[in-house]
Amino acid sequence: MLTRRRLLEAAGTGLALAGSGLDFPRSLKARAAGVELTPGVPAGLDTSARMEALPGKKPLIKLSYRPPNYESPLEYFRTPITPNDQFFVRYHLSDIPDVDAKTYKIAVGGDGANGQAELTLDDLKAMPASEVIAVNQCSGNRRGLSQPHVAGVEWGYGAMGCARWRGAKLKDVLDKVGLKKEAIEVAFNGAEGPAYDKTPDFVKSLPVWKAIDESTLIAYEMNGAPLPHFNGFPARLIVPGWTGTYWMKHLISINVRTQPLNNFWMNPAYRIPVGLFPVVARFVSQENATSTPITEMVVNSLITSHADGAKVKRGKVTVSGLAWDGGYGIRTVEASVDGGKTWSAATLGDDLGRYAFRPWSFPLAAKRGKNTVMVNATNKIGQTQTATLLFNGAGYHNNVMQSITLEAA
Amino acid sequence: MRIALFAAAAVLAAFPAAADEAAIQLKPGPGLDKVQGNCGACHSLDYIQMNSPFLNAAGWNAEVAKMMKAFGAPISDADAKAIADYLAKNYGT
Repeated sequence: MLTRRRLLEAAGTGLALAGSGLDFPRSLKARAAGVELTPGVPAGLDTSARMEALPGKKPLIKLSYRPPNYESPLEYFRTPITPNDQFFVRYHLSDIPDVDAKTYKIAVGGDGANGQAELTLDDLKAMPASEVIAVNQCSGNRRGLSQPHVAGVEWGYGAMGCARWRGAKLKDVLDKVGLKKEAIEVAFNGAEGPAYDKTPDFVKSLPVWKAIDESTLIAYEMNGAPLPHFNGFPARLIVPGWTGTYWMKHLISINVRTQPLNNFWMNPAYRIPVGLFPVVARFVSQENATSTPITEMVVNSLITSHADGAKVKRGKVTVSGLAWDGGYGIRTVEASVDGGKTWSAATLGDDLGRYAFRPWSFPLAAKRGKNTVMVNATNKIGQTQTATLLFNGAGYHNNVMQSITLEAA
Repeated sequence: MRIALFAAAAVLAAFPAAADEAAIQLKPGPGLDKVQGNCGACHSLDYIQMNSPFLNAAGWNAEVAKMMKAFGAPISDADAKAIADYLAKNYGT
């Protein structure tokens, strides 16, 4: 049934469906609201999602105002580097201070450290700088496509981005205090806090082996500019290959621990069932018999040149997109135009490093009518995307091969 | 609760886009005032629209329970029931 709101939207866009008694086809509903929602997200988003520009940002798809959760629309993924003002925004907690770079400090210590230190932004910048181009993808990216749907922020394709991050190695910062041999985890807190003081603060830990990885940084630059406020100004953790939950924004404390961090955000949140996904990176001190923390990203790809249902001309159509994984690197991207019976290799674009988006393109010979294109990425350790969803209650790690239909006239 | 509302107000004041949050319109019905007063203290109400319509009554009960147990929301049992009933009726399957 048409709601009043949808009727108004239809009227506003010249759609003559009033009184027809028919619901809008999904793609029309999304277009009527001015938002290109990912096909398959919960219908409630038709009413609530908006294109909204946060301060310093281009319009993003607003999923929630408070805390702010905004995803990038498909059109922002046509380059392997996501510009800062097009980068998605994700917060768990809504008390987000404007951090003053002049008074900003990171406190470093903990029972697993030999000493304590306090670092200002200038201190960080005075340390040897490293750069890495890495994908930052929310653990829950594509949660909205889970079938059945599961509760949470109902992300479509756009809770991810790839940037060139510059900062100090976390390892070098940890060297300032020294790790005891009993140290097993390093915990991180950001400046934001909950609206209500009984809500658990967002604190996350990494296993020591990942914390001291050469690529794990405390970044103060993103694509050559200071971090945007909504992406963690003035400094955030960069954990290449791992999902965004570990990339603490507005980083203010680093605690080396001899005991596992036990809080809501480590367990039960951000867990995956043991054995369900082919992940290599383990977080042993947080594992139990049934669940384990989410760690590295699974291999995945996205068609970014065209949305599902797009109209194209007959003849050669270049279908292109991005592929990424947990840091092993992309070996191949293959496309199928016959529903997965036969596959042809796509052409890979510039290699910006094993943690970066890898562009690819595929020449489709579009015939009149419907043309389906399916894509499957394989990484350098032989992992591929899945044909069907590996359902889990939090909607993580959805790397189902995407299939879109292009209509050629 | 007072602390929570005060904190929420402070966040609203500091966040320019929050003016748009006031435009969120949930469906009218018994319990809506409890939803606005309790749920809205910590998060914008578009979370409810976004998470619909796929939860059944048990699913919405579990969400309300999660807000109280995991996130510490100070909601009375009577309000929790009114909220869960409202959500199941208006945003449930």
